[in-house]
Amino acid sequence: MSKEKITQENRNIKQKSFPDLHRLGVRASLNRYWRKNVTYTIVLLVVWAAVGLGCGVLLADRLNLYKLPGTGFPLGFWFAHQGSIIVFVLLILAYCLLMNRLDTKHHNELEQLKKEGKA
Amino acid sequence: MLQAGGVPAIANGMATAADWMSAASFISMAGLISMMGYTGGVYLMGWTGGYVLLALLIAPYLRKSGHYTVPDFIGDRYHSNIARLVAVVCAIFVSFTYVAGQMRGVGVVFSRFLEVDVNVGVIIGMIIVFIYATLGGMKGITWTQVAQYWVLITAFLIPAIAISIKLTGNPVPQIGLGSTLDPEIAGVQGITLLEKLNQIQVDLGFDRYTDTFVGSWNKVNVFCVVLALMAGTAGLPHVIVRFYTVKSVKAARWSAFWALLFISMLYLTVPATAAFARYYMIESLNGKTEE
Repeated sequence: MSKEKITQENRNIKQKSFPDLHRLGVRASLNRYWRKNVTYTIVLLVVWAAVGLGCGVLLADRLNLYKLPGTGFPLGFWFAHQGSIIVFVLLILAYCLLMNRLDTKHHNELEQLKKEGKA
Repeated sequence: MLQAGGVPAIANGMATAADWMSAASFISMAGLISMMGYTGGVYLMGWTGGYVLLALLIAPYLRKSGHYTVPDFIGDRYHSNIARLVAVVCAIFVSFTYVAGQMRGVGVVFSRFLEVDVNVGVIIGMIIVFIYATLGGMKGITWTQVAQYWVLITAFLIPAIAISIKLTGNPVPQIGLGSTLDPEIAGVQGITLLEKLNQIQVDLGFDRYTDTFVGSWNKVNVFCVVLALMAGTAGLPHVIVRFYTVKSVKAARWSAFWALLFISMLYLTVPATAAFARYYMIESLNGKTEE
C-alpha cells in the first residue's frame, strides 16, 4: 500500500479518480479536447514552417530584394538570422498559453460532468 | 539520478539552455556564421526551430505519460518491444556522437586555458565533470548550469555590446547589426554595416555576406540541412530528458518556452558578433590591398 502511495506522489500524473471512459459525456468531452489540441498544434506548425522554412529558406532570395523597414537588414537574411528565432519563441509562448487555457477548461468540464453525475 | 520534479520551470529552462549551448554554440557559432554569411542561418534556424517541434509534439506528451525514458515511452505507446529496442539503439548513437563533440569542445577550452595538449585537456575535463556529477547528481547539475548560463551569456554579450557601440553607436548588438556604421569608421555618412560589409566582400572577390544560395549551398541543400537540424534537435535525448524532471505537463510546456527564450538571448546576438568580426577581419585585409 505504501509503495503505491510513493509512486503516485512522485509521478504526479494520475488524478484522484480517472473519469469513466464508458460514459458518453466524458468521451465527447475528451474528443473535443483532443481535436482542439490537434488544431492548435497544426496551426502553430504551419506558422513555424512558413516562417522558418518558407521565409528563411525557400523565399529568402526573393525577400532579399526588400529591406526590413527602418533598418539595413535584407529581409531574407533577417528572417534567417533573427526573425525566425523571434517567431519560434512567440510560437512556443502561444502554445503554452493556449494549451494551458484549454487544459483548465477541459478540467472544469470534467468536474462539471462529475457533479452532474455523468462522469 | 533523475530528480523527481523539484526544479522550477524558469531554472530548468536556464539550465537546459546552458547545457545545450555549452560547446558548439558558444565556442564556434559566431566563427561559423562569419565565414558563411546568410548560409550560417541553417544552424541558427535549425537548432532553434527544433525546440518548437520539441515543445509542440514531444515534451508535454512524454511528461504526461509518466515514463522516464524515451525508449520506454515508445515501447509502451506502440506496444512493441522491437520499437523500444530501435529507440534504444538510436539514443545510444545520438548520445555517443553528441558526447564526442562536447568532449572535443571541453578539450579545446581546457587546452587553451591550461596550455596543455588537447587530449590532456579532454582527460582533465572528463575528471572534473565526473567529480561534479557524482557529488551533485541531477539537482546539483541543474543549479550549476543555471550559474553557467549567467557566466556564458555575460561573457558573450560584453564583447558584442562593446563592438556594437564602437562600430554603430548602438549598444544593442541585435539592432546594431542592422544599423548604420559610425561615419568616422566607414568614411561615408549613413551606410549600413551590412551594405559596407557586402561591398568590401565583393571588392575582395568573395560573395556578398547577405547573399542567399551561393556556391554549393543551393536552395535544396539549405532546405534539407535546416529540416534535418530541426528534426535532430527535437530528438536529442539529453534535452528531452530535462522535460520529465518538471512538476507537471503545464510546467513541461513552460520549460520548453523558457529554454528557447534563454537560448535565443545568445542566438540573436551571434549573428551580430559574427558580422562585426567579419567586418573587422575583412576591413583589415581591405586596407592592405589598397594602393
